[in-house]
Amino acid sequence: MARTLFEKIWDAHVIRDLGDRWALLHIDRHLLHDLSGPPALTEIARRGLTVRNPELVFATPDHAVSSRPGRDAKTFGLGGHLYDALKAGSQAAHIRFFDLGEEGQGIVHVMGPELGLVLPGVTLICGDSHTCTNGGLGALAFGVGQSESAHALATQTLRQQKPRLMRIRFEGEMGRGVAPKDLILHLIGKLGAAAGSGYAIEYAGSAIRGMPVEGRLTICNLSVELGAKYGLIAPDEKTFDWLEGRRFAPQGAESHAALDNWRELYSDEDAVFDRDEVIDVASISPTVSWGTSPEQVMPIDGIIPDPAIVVDPEERKARRAALDYMGLEAGQRIAGTKVDWVFIGSCANSRITDLREAAILARGRHVAAGVTAWVVPGSETVKRQAEAEGLDRIFLDAGFEWREPGCSICVAANGERVPTGARAVSTSNRNFVGRQGPGARTHLASPAMAVAAAVAGVLIDARRM
Amino acid sequence: MQPFVTVKGPAAPLMQANVDTDVIIRIERLTAGADLGHYALEALRYLPDGRPNPDCVLNEPRFVGAPILLAGRNFGCGSSREGAVTALMGMGLRCVIAPSFGDIFYSNCFQNGMLPVVLPERDVERLATLACKGDVTVDLGAGVVVTPDGDEISFVIDRLRREALLDGLDDIGLTLKWADDIAIWQRADRAMRPWVWKTQGEDRI
Ligand code: SF4
Repeated sequence: MARTLFEKIWDAHVIRDLGDRWALLHIDRHLLHDLSGPPALTEIARRGLTVRNPELVFATPDHAVSSRPGRDAKTFGLGGHLYDALKAGSQAAHIRFFDLGEEGQGIVHVMGPELGLVLPGVTLICGDSHTCTNGGLGALAFGVGQSESAHALATQTLRQQKPRLMRIRFEGEMGRGVAPKDLILHLIGKLGAAAGSGYAIEYAGSAIRGMPVEGRLTICNLSVELGAKYGLIAPDEKTFDWLEGRRFAPQGAESHAALDNWRELYSDEDAVFDRDEVIDVASISPTVSWGTSPEQVMPIDGIIPDPAIVVDPEERKARRAALDYMGLEAGQRIAGTKVDWVFIGSCANSRITDLREAAILARGRHVAAGVTAWVVPGSETVKRQAEAEGLDRIFLDAGFEWREPGCSICVAANGERVPTGARAVSTSNRNFVGRQGPGARTHLASPAMAVAAAVAGVLIDARRM
Repeated sequence: MQPFVTVKGPAAPLMQANVDTDVIIRIERLTAGADLGHYALEALRYLPDGRPNPDCVLNEPRFVGAPILLAGRNFGCGSSREGAVTALMGMGLRCVIAPSFGDIFYSNCFQNGMLPVVLPERDVERLATLACKGDVTVDLGAGVVVTPDGDEISFVIDRLRREALLDGLDDIGLTLKWADDIAIWQRADRAMRPWVWKTQGEDRI
């Protein structure tokens, strides 16, 4: 019978069929970070249980560590406790811990793929909703809460109910200066932030096949902003080349066996999806968010939409509240809006390719007066690579701060925040109320658009630079 | 886990869409180990100076400590933080009724004895307009929500989740009974996909 990619991976991991689309699934990879890891480890210890397969579990601090240059685990005091708990808990359970300053440390969803811990066809969880990022390599990856994380530590399994399946085909050629981030923001704007609820989403189409692995990770990263727990992309030769030689990727004779297995990972020709959408990418412009939900997005050359045109009263109210919070007026152009902060980082856009793209635009230019601009590499490896290529110098010369790897002001869990009322252009994935700090106003955008805003001091179409 | 059988009480109408987990509980409150119930939905419940926001429906005397919340679509979207569920429970909630939920938030509810009920938008809106008239009852055993004027609206919860919630079952304990099945699966997998298991040595080159 014809099966989708998702079903192939799912079926291969069923230990017990529990009926009603429920299954006990084997979990091949489990990542822990400093916020969600400690409570799960504590829960296991409290119940007198042991970690069943520590060799399949990996930990690193990312959320609550400072990104200040020269930082250590205690630079942000409150995070220091979480760091200690994660490190001690990991060591006690024989879980590999990637420490600050060591290659392997970084945002979990950046370090996992880059180490080759994430492989096509594996099941992978983390106590973090952006675990869906890893689907970009063809893994069945999803975020869980700390209770499910504890369950997986104790049993190396999870009970899950099979979701419905949606396929999104991005077809056509991307315009000049249009990034994967623009594609996914556009999609969320079009379908709405709840469209993926209850679904696993497979991204396909010529634009996806033509995209480098890093771009695919960005696309899958924002699946949860579309409401979906899973996003995934069939692995192809690009994926296999990208993985080759990575620290934990299969080598030698084993890599041949792995490749044979991975080449089976695609949706069969006549596989059936519960929902199928096609997006013409040629029509997509650089996209920014104007509101407080990732569905509130618009092309950079557009006019801020007027809530008055919305029929549904609740929705109209929500849009008014969003404009109010953002300090914007309907009917105005979004381009030209003054910016105070720029953040280039997060698991959406902090990989080496993102930094290269940003550096191309930053080279020889300077951050506008009154703008604070940060570049926070996604991992220690990204940081070292960028420094080897001289990207740090380009950013520093242009007036950006070059910081230590972690989540930083994406979520403001480490004491770093965008000040109240300040307007930030961020390459991250969430523009929720208070996400980057109480009262902070976030515009989501691609790395190129973030650099352009930093340099111009206003929101501006990066294609005009 | 706390079982959930039936709950009766005021149902607070918070009818906005996309109430996300950052709004439900700020991440800094989690890192600081704060009293989560106090800080639940703080951006809505409090003014910037920390005083209760008089315009927030949750601060109306009849809804303070209400066990039921009526919400807009996509409630609990965003992060996986389980603190979002425990914070709402810290406010006294045991049940949220909404047209749809964030998927991970939805699962996390069941791990903590909180019942998320999905009803069509029009039913949630009807409940919201009746909210001032009296108590709402949510009966998981019977699968019905009883409105203040006595109408019954039925809802569906997946069988496994319903049973686990009614009995307050412990997932980990149940799964550990299948340790043999897990061991058999893993043994076969090691032979079939050895590369998945060779993780002890990044230093294995
Ligand atoms: S970078 Fe932001 S979105 Fe990504 S894991 Fe960290 S906090 Fe979450």
